[in-house]
Amino acid sequence: MTRKQRRAAFIVVALGILGLAVGLVLYAMSDSIVYFYSPSDVVERGVEPGERIRLGGLVEQDSLQDLGDATVRFNVTDFVETFTVTYRGVLPDLFREGQGVITEGAFDEAGGFTADNVLAKHDEYYMPPEVADALKKSGNWQGEGADKSHSETYGQGSYP
Amino acid sequence: MIVELGHFALVLALGVSLVQMAVPAIGAHRREAPLMRVAEPAALLQFALVALAFAALTYAFVVSDFSVKLVYDNSHSAKPLIYKVSGVWGNHEGSMVLWVLILALFGALVALFGNNLPDTLRARVLAVQASIAVAFLLFILFTSNPFLRLDPAPFEGQGLNPILQDRALAFHPPWLYAGYVGFSMTFSFAVAALIEGRVDASWARWVRPWTLAAWLSLTIGIAMGSWWAYYTLGWGGFWFWDPVENASLMPWIAGTALLHSAIVAEKRGALKSWTILLAILAFSLSLLGTFLVRSGVLTSVHAFAVDPARGSFILGILIVFVGGSLALYAWRAPMLKTGGLFAPLSRESALLMNNMLLSAAVASVFVGTLYPLLLDGLTGMKITVGPPFFNYTFVPIFVPLLCLVPLGPLLGWKRADVKAAAERLLAAAGLALVACLATFAVAHDGPWLAPFGMALAVWLVAGAASEIAWRIKLFSTPLAESLGRARRLPRAAWGTALAHGGLGIAVAGIVGVTAWRAELITSLAPGESAEIAGYTLTLEQVGLRDGPNYEATVGVVRVARDGRELGTLLPEKRRFPAERQEKTEAAIRTNGFADLYVVLGERAGDGKWVLRAYHNNLAPWIWIGGAIMALGGAMSLMDRRLRVGAPTGARARLAPAPAE
Repeated sequence: MTRKQRRAAFIVVALGILGLAVGLVLYAMSDSIVYFYSPSDVVERGVEPGERIRLGGLVEQDSLQDLGDATVRFNVTDFVETFTVTYRGVLPDLFREGQGVITEGAFDEAGGFTADNVLAKHDEYYMPPEVADALKKSGNWQGEGADKSHSETYGQGSYP
Repeated sequence: MIVELGHFALVLALGVSLVQMAVPAIGAHRREAPLMRVAEPAALLQFALVALAFAALTYAFVVSDFSVKLVYDNSHSAKPLIYKVSGVWGNHEGSMVLWVLILALFGALVALFGNNLPDTLRARVLAVQASIAVAFLLFILFTSNPFLRLDPAPFEGQGLNPILQDRALAFHPPWLYAGYVGFSMTFSFAVAALIEGRVDASWARWVRPWTLAAWLSLTIGIAMGSWWAYYTLGWGGFWFWDPVENASLMPWIAGTALLHSAIVAEKRGALKSWTILLAILAFSLSLLGTFLVRSGVLTSVHAFAVDPARGSFILGILIVFVGGSLALYAWRAPMLKTGGLFAPLSRESALLMNNMLLSAAVASVFVGTLYPLLLDGLTGMKITVGPPFFNYTFVPIFVPLLCLVPLGPLLGWKRADVKAAAERLLAAAGLALVACLATFAVAHDGPWLAPFGMALAVWLVAGAASEIAWRIKLFSTPLAESLGRARRLPRAAWGTALAHGGLGIAVAGIVGVTAWRAELITSLAPGESAEIAGYTLTLEQVGLRDGPNYEATVGVVRVARDGRELGTLLPEKRRFPAERQEKTEAAIRTNGFADLYVVLGERAGDGKWVLRAYHNNLAPWIWIGGAIMALGGAMSLMDRRLRVGAPTGARARLAPAPAE
């Protein structure tokens, strides 16, 4: 094999791997991306039942109910629209009524949202940027929370 | 006073770094030895000054001097000493000082032990290293000064985030930073070599130990972080494809590629310019990781305070260093002489294949991590790229790589006898097949990919063992001679086998947890029981316990199997009054093969408590494998051939003439 052929062989292999990587990325992009919606977004843009999304907003005051069997129900709101979320499992330590939350799951046919993952990440100063942006858009933003400097605000439970 | 001294030392360190950046570089350009010799004392002085600043900051934390804003924000007098110390880097400002401290330490090590490097190369390496220090010292002094005072001084601090008050997490940042910053050394060597316009064996021999050290630290740092996430976040996962995790994974993969290509550059003089590019990329990805974590562009468990000034400053550093070094590379790399021809079937080719697959893996993680940011910036759409994306992209790229791992070390340089190498792996292939069938027989109701995953794990471990067996001629010579050979085998060979075998063990752990995990979510009143994976969990009672700076609600959970008592687990929910936060402490019972993992949840209405339990098969192996990989790295680092670093001083100075 000449030097030229050898180089050509390497280039072919390299392009093959590159092509494989690009193909995989494109395939995964079309299939496994989860969009973030605020309650208003859900109403405006519409979400198919069964489509996996992230629904984020504030946990409405006094909306948390215990349904027994480790299942809870609470309302997620941006003060314009509100949806009821059902979740079975242990809530993250930082979950509080009146504070920011992101839930991941899907709507059922009846319009109820069932989450299999609840992410809470805040202290008194912090809320998830997605939620803050959504609140700003809906005109219900109070305070400078997201911009306020604070030490580490690690999320607990399961904020990825 | 001591705090002001620390601040002053940091400013002086900036001055020294400016000198160290400029003078030796000019000296190397003009070939004036007195100017070049400024580099070593400057590097040592810079280290001493940064160490002084770091010590002053640590002092402020240890004595709880709340007149320092950083201490007030991140410490509390009731905190145990270990967390007062770890609080120094448990925040943005302090962690950047730690970053620079490690950077200065590595520069000082080159100054101390770099006698056998060619003079101009050493001067340039230290100058480049100093330029990184200048950038980060400016960043600290102008946007993240840790020494700011508060007047009047508050009486008590706000405390450290409870989640950071943890033994593994206390030492996770220093290891991770040692890894990130370790790649700054290889970066400095790469840029210096580009300025010199030549790469010789002594260059590659210096780059390898630094890459190894950085890779080793990063491996430990990532493993610690993932272990912490496993037992602290309370849902038994070990890797979440969180952008910040990815930020540390990308330099690790690039570093792994660099580790392998540097071998080719050293032994065979081939792939030199590729090795330089990888060295630049590995550090660029480390900087990108710092940017992503520190700028607050990510929503993640690590997102520190959002401060646009800091973000743009780090972005500036990123652009200057990455852009500058890549431009230098484009300009100078064609001048580097390529050497070392090799056949398509050879160890060089195998290592090149490793590099191509690892690069593709980095690229897939890169896209998955940055695409959501880009999309948000361009269109305002918020998306999450979660585990499914990486399962579709990263995993299919990594699996072929894992299949090839045992083959590589058995191939010869230049032109390999693949048939002979394959024969040496026959036993390993047989074992992998047995593992596949055995897994299928035992756990045929699991996912269909699981048996192949276990086969892959066995293939990696048995392949690593085969390599050692072949090298010491096990079974083909008398045992005594094999043992003698084993003793004489270079440590780097043991290191390779350990790292590859450890990878196999970690793969087994990952497959085990992913494929056969049992989960139980229930609510129990004291006295009630529930079953998971053959174990009976009985909630005996729930009580309160006082910790040093927290109150814990403790669940007493009795564990039994087939009527036999196995002891109690004590999952806790800790409440930290100073920080007004809660933290879950999972209770884990392990037998080395599987973890029983119990978390105490909220109190439900009817006097019941929510209990979440997992049975994670092979989970401990993930970190055992990681530890073995790190041990392999340490073994290689102790290899005599690497410790010596370069040939003797005289020979190194007679290094080949520049390639033009």
